[in-house]
Amino acid sequence: MSTLEQMYQQVILDHAKRPVGRGLVDLASAEGHRAGESHQVNPTCGDEVTLRVDVTPEGTVAGVSWEGQGCSISQASVSVMTSLVEGAPLAEVARLDGLFHDLMSSRGKGLGDDDAEDSLGDATAFTGVSQYPARIKCALLGWAALKDSLARSGALATS
Amino acid sequence: MTTTTATVRPGDPAPQVQPADGSLSTTELAAVRADFPLLERTVRGGQPLVYLDSAATSQKPQVVLDTEVDFYEQRNAAVHRGAHQLAEEATEAFEQARAAVAAFVGADEGEIVWQPGATAAINVVAYAFSNASLGRGGEAAERFRLAAGDEIVVTEAEHHANLVPWQELCARTGATLRWIPVADDGRLDLSGLDEIVTERTKVLAFGHVSNVTGAVAPVAALVAAARRVGALTVLDACQSVPNMPVDFHELGVDFAAFSGHKMLGPTGVGALYGRRELLEAMPPTLTGGSMVEVVTMESTTYAPPPQRFEAGTQMVAQAVGMGCAAQYLGELGMAGVARHETELAAEMLKIAEIPGVRVIGPLDTANRLAVVSFVVDGVHAHDVGQVLDDKGIAVRVGHHCAQPLHRRFGVAATARASASVYTTVEEVVAFREALAGVRAFFGAE
Repeated sequence: MSTLEQMYQQVILDHAKRPVGRGLVDLASAEGHRAGESHQVNPTCGDEVTLRVDVTPEGTVAGVSWEGQGCSISQASVSVMTSLVEGAPLAEVARLDGLFHDLMSSRGKGLGDDDAEDSLGDATAFTGVSQYPARIKCALLGWAALKDSLARSGALATS
Repeated sequence: MTTTTATVRPGDPAPQVQPADGSLSTTELAAVRADFPLLERTVRGGQPLVYLDSAATSQKPQVVLDTEVDFYEQRNAAVHRGAHQLAEEATEAFEQARAAVAAFVGADEGEIVWQPGATAAINVVAYAFSNASLGRGGEAAERFRLAAGDEIVVTEAEHHANLVPWQELCARTGATLRWIPVADDGRLDLSGLDEIVTERTKVLAFGHVSNVTGAVAPVAALVAAARRVGALTVLDACQSVPNMPVDFHELGVDFAAFSGHKMLGPTGVGALYGRRELLEAMPPTLTGGSMVEVVTMESTTYAPPPQRFEAGTQMVAQAVGMGCAAQYLGELGMAGVARHETELAAEMLKIAEIPGVRVIGPLDTANRLAVVSFVVDGVHAHDVGQVLDDKGIAVRVGHHCAQPLHRRFGVAATARASASVYTTVEEVVAFREALAGVRAFFGAE
């Protein structure tokens, strides 16, 4: 597989075409839930995402919805992230966020830890992206929006 | 990389280059390419580099690199001070470079002010207006004073560097920003010019050539409109100076800005052109050493231009390199360079025939340069650039520091191919062929 094909894995192209969680859902949340929204822009290429998160009183991600425009890497990454974190406790979301950042710093080598890569699921498909320094920020855009929306929801302070 | 004995001095004719009356012949083009060491390198697994990003920054001929090294090896000293031989030689090289740049753009030596780049140059003018509006510069600076009710006119096609400084100047002075719109073909729409440029207009700032559409602005019409109402004109000449003959006196603009690194010169240097009487009347922006006459604890009088606008230690080696670049292009002949690039523009514009490819900008080669921005249906510009890069083809992606122009065409980002004197038709053909395969790669229907 060429480095270009390593970057644009089929799972990434599929998520870019049929994204998960796309289309913002109203933030009016259920009793005791906390909700937050974040808008993130990549000023160098104009990619953007607006992401909303809904957290249960027990500190689990009840739902993620988003709207965005940009390259296939940025849009697929938000989509993959959405399917990964829905239903996950906040501590697990924080762990996945850390793992994904480690993956993006791996320069194409991956995490070298099968268990960790298993927990990232489809997100490991972005390993090839980490070979292209200019594209890493594309893959991280959605994760930045998730982190910020969780902070804004107030759920992190109480969990 | 070849190592050449560093004996090139500003003032010497640039070697290895044939003056060209017509477009560049194949032999001449081969000779030009041989001057650029970077063009010999390979990228992405040993493929030849196809560099189509010269509108962002150009590559440098060996003679420019040697001139800069030679300055550091043989002449390095502070300019305009010091009683020693090195200081004399450094000053001479610095001022000869100014003369070379001035001659290249149709200006007098005293009308060229060294700046770190074109952005800095435009800001010098904007802050001069600002300082004059605060009362600095005395009576001479009257025509630089702005207040509420005054207007500054730009165009919708501007690079942020020729837009944001004017927005900021308006915010500081109470003046109002207005703009000339862009038509669907990417050229300026002058149909409402008389309603936009009026007695209230004090500044008309516009780009000579758009860094997105490649369209050459109708300078004569804009200068005439500004003169009718007594407004000063500021020309962003970053894309024109490296690619076509430019004569500021002939164009009749009041100020112009251009950068060294886009015209085969070093980074960190550019120039501000100003008509002599205007530079003389203009208050300084950066203040400090080297730009003064008499300094007391209470107050300071300022040196005449250009030194008035060159505070602090200057980027001497880069300036000398920029002078060399001007000379290199001058020896080559800008009329021939422009004809060569018109051929390249025609080759580039054939991408409009590829299904799903839409060019943002004029589709004909009249009054346009070889800067071609485009979108591909169903594929984001960043992804387009990545697939081209995989074949060794370097293009720029994004908004190219012109967000309003992209908004005008309803796109967030475009990919852009741009040429310089060393670009070949074969490279453009390789680009077209690679581009034709992009939609299939992403399965776009």
